[in-house]
Amino acid sequence: MEKEDLRYYAKVHSIESFGTVDGPGIRFVLFLQGCHLQCKYCHNRDTWNMNGGDYKSLDEIYNKIINYKNYIYPNGGVTVTGGEPLLQVHFLISLFKKLKNDGIHTCIDTSGMVSISKDIQELLSLTDLVLLDIKHIDNEKCKALVGVGNTLELNFARYLSDNNIPMWIRQVIVPGFTDNKEDLLKLKEFILSLKTVERVELLPYHNMGAYKWKNLGETYSLENVSPATPNDIERAKKILAIFS
Amino acid sequence: MKFEEWNGFKCGDWQNEINVRDFIQHNYTPYEGNSDFLEKTTSKTEKLWNKVLDLYKKEHDAPGGVLDIDTKTISTVSSHDAGYIDKDLETIVGLQTDAPLKRAIMPFGGIRIVEKSCEAYGRKVDEEVENIFHNYRKTHNDGVFDVYTPDIRAARSSHLITGLPDGYGRGRIIGDYRRVALYGVDCLIAEKNKELEILDVDDFTEEVIREREEIREQIKALNALKLMASKYGFDISKPASNAKEAVQWLYFAYLAAIKDQNGAAMSIGRNSTFLDIYFERDLQNGTLTESMAQEIMDHFIMKLRMVRFLRTPEYNELFSGDPVWVTESIGGMGIDGRTLVTKNSYRLLHSLENLGPAPEPNLTILWSTRLPENFKKYVAGLSIKTSSLQYENDDLMRVTLGDDYGIACCVSPMKIGKQMQFFGARANLAKALLYAINGGKDEITGKQVTPKYEPILSEYLDYDEVMEKFDQMMEYVAKIYIKALNAIHYMHDKYSYEAIEMALHDKDFIRTMACGIAGLSVVADSLSAIKYAKVKVIRNENGLAVDYEIEGDFPKYGNDDDRVDQIAVDIVKAFLIKLQKHQTYRNSKHTLSILTITSNVVYGKATGNTPDGRNSGEPFGPGANPLHGRDSTGALAVMNTIAKLPFQNAEDGISYTFSITPNTLGKTDEQRVENLVNMLDGYFKQTGHHINVNVFDRKLLEDAMEHPEKYPQLTIRVSGYAVHFTKLTREQQLDVINRTIHERI
Repeated sequence: MEKEDLRYYAKVHSIESFGTVDGPGIRFVLFLQGCHLQCKYCHNRDTWNMNGGDYKSLDEIYNKIINYKNYIYPNGGVTVTGGEPLLQVHFLISLFKKLKNDGIHTCIDTSGMVSISKDIQELLSLTDLVLLDIKHIDNEKCKALVGVGNTLELNFARYLSDNNIPMWIRQVIVPGFTDNKEDLLKLKEFILSLKTVERVELLPYHNMGAYKWKNLGETYSLENVSPATPNDIERAKKILAIFS
Repeated sequence: MKFEEWNGFKCGDWQNEINVRDFIQHNYTPYEGNSDFLEKTTSKTEKLWNKVLDLYKKEHDAPGGVLDIDTKTISTVSSHDAGYIDKDLETIVGLQTDAPLKRAIMPFGGIRIVEKSCEAYGRKVDEEVENIFHNYRKTHNDGVFDVYTPDIRAARSSHLITGLPDGYGRGRIIGDYRRVALYGVDCLIAEKNKELEILDVDDFTEEVIREREEIREQIKALNALKLMASKYGFDISKPASNAKEAVQWLYFAYLAAIKDQNGAAMSIGRNSTFLDIYFERDLQNGTLTESMAQEIMDHFIMKLRMVRFLRTPEYNELFSGDPVWVTESIGGMGIDGRTLVTKNSYRLLHSLENLGPAPEPNLTILWSTRLPENFKKYVAGLSIKTSSLQYENDDLMRVTLGDDYGIACCVSPMKIGKQMQFFGARANLAKALLYAINGGKDEITGKQVTPKYEPILSEYLDYDEVMEKFDQMMEYVAKIYIKALNAIHYMHDKYSYEAIEMALHDKDFIRTMACGIAGLSVVADSLSAIKYAKVKVIRNENGLAVDYEIEGDFPKYGNDDDRVDQIAVDIVKAFLIKLQKHQTYRNSKHTLSILTITSNVVYGKATGNTPDGRNSGEPFGPGANPLHGRDSTGALAVMNTIAKLPFQNAEDGISYTFSITPNTLGKTDEQRVENLVNMLDGYFKQTGHHINVNVFDRKLLEDAMEHPEKYPQLTIRVSGYAVHFTKLTREQQLDVINRTIHERI
């Protein structure tokens, strides 16, 4: 098979064999290479470049995952993140088919910033959980923060809700960017309109990924933004009220 | 045999022969419930523990952390008068000397080490003792150096073979201390007399004579044990009649061992479930409450936390933090499928909550995927709170060792009362690899240590050539290694025989020759670099290979990559076979461990640059761990790598030290417990043998380094044991902090 056959090859950034925060239980986490957003706070800047990473075959990745079945079977599974995993939808369809065959829980960590194509629909039908990172509830502010507006991801959320696909809503709390009270209330309203939200997670912004920007010779524009404190998170949680 | 102390116990073979396992199997009550029944400390316990904490503080402030030394009394089972912390408060009594934390001298292993130790703490050994041991009585240490050959001495002083118990007690023998509680000492003496009758044979060979002498020594030691107990006002010639007595009898037996031997590891066995039978009987009779039961166990544990040996500062560099390895094995499953977890297993562990975390006793959970879920969760929670537990794979060990084995030291399993080992420290295979490249010359001193071989002369290392030479070098190391160990154990038996511990063994038992490997991951990575990248040799003006340049990338041990992991597996197998070619003392069975304790730092210090890119003097990974920072695919990948090392070829244990930050383990307490349980289940299903679990933040350790006074009880697991973090040398503290702590950002 040629590496260009995107059903059987993926561009991989790295793997983490012991993930515990991206989905339920112990997760095998596959970081795919390539992202089409430009989030200012990204802590994995090195995953953006579409030409970076290494090609790995479906068999290689699948066999690797199976090596960890003793740890993930009870209540964990596989989480694909990135980069933006949905950019490699054809590969993920092949992988998830195999995983579902083995009864392994599948999860995608995504921004949802893609249109709902037939392929995406097929992939989501093989997905047990989506970690949907809502970048910003306000379209303009979203554009300023990550480079594109939020229409696609809000549609994506709606699609998950309409098709009964469980999701965890995530938002990174970046002080001064995403923690405005009105915005958070708007976010709350949006979340309440969805039927399949199992959990809402507020992720505190941190700058521990800033060095990766510098390593690539890029400017880290949030240099002067301080990391979100536990108080910032508590405050945001209170505003969102429904979720503790 | 019949004793009224046995009333209420179910009958079995154990009444007709010494057979503790049979007693347990007939009488114990498996417990699958949760920890809700546990009781807090009693006021007596609290008062007593505060006195112990005061003593700890005094000890910590004393020069070198040694409170006092009895420099006059040669320690034996019955040498000292009774000693107490506070007689009125102590439920369980007995100290190694006549005062708490006062250390004893045990010169039979070697007088010089005793003198050096005393001097290091500003004391001097009594003149008469010196006179006796310099002029009249030979020691183990003298014996060994009388027979050591030049090649052994060379291998030893160049750190090719190192940590050998030739100047200190070998330890790693577990007496079946339960026998004293169940049968009383008289019954055990009668049994030993029967053994002497068996040894009244026509062919009076050297072997028979030696065995008869040893059994006579054992009988003397048993009599001394009775005498020692009588000084505390107890007659232990008969069986224990209740739970408190059972714990006391058992502890006296263990106390006898630690008064007699300053062994590298003085493990106590597998006692909690045995004792539970007595607790259950008393609870049912109404003569004991749960609170009283916990008090007995807490006081017992306090005693185990106060075991002290006199050791030199050099020894502490090897085995830091004053470890004793009072290893107690808890849990596991019986071969009939019932769990061996009892309420008393919980009580014993609960001491970590009642008295706070501590390195001793070295609490070891025998993990089976079939352990009761409640127990799994309880111990995982304790691990997260205290970083004081280690885990070993019961499903793996039960196959060959049955269900009444215990762990000696860190990871060495042995059938209780039916097996012992000749502790053999370890060979530095990373150094052996460098010797293979340099034709047997030391890479640091340039000295010819082994017989001359043709060194490698090429600019780039060729895998096949290196392997061929390394294979020969391992042959040589194996030969010298067994020679050294034979000498050591011959002399230890002769001059420092563990009579009381061996009195608590069957007549016929298994002996193992427990060899070990240090630097496994360095060797595996080096060979991987040579095979998959290009390694250029840098030589000094004398043509000695002193450094290496790596061109390209290579698979690294610790990432679940078969290309390199298989190299490690092959080395373990190959080295064991080479050891097996050599006749061992007393026909002991060759075994192997992949365990370094904290000596990975010292071994690293003595080893030059290696072809994997490790710099001269840098620590090795501890035990079977990958080298710091080489694992890049997460904790489970490391576990899968280590689980590939074959236990059947390394029966003396394969140690893995795992450290993780709380937030990386999971978001909530509940998730952390669940993840840890699933992780342990997974690792042991992969046939991993041992794991230390540490859950802490790097910042905490950094703070403890700067402000040790704030963290008197901070305990962490290092290779195979636990230690007060503040008692480590600064070098070792840095090693722990720099070591991979799995962390998510």
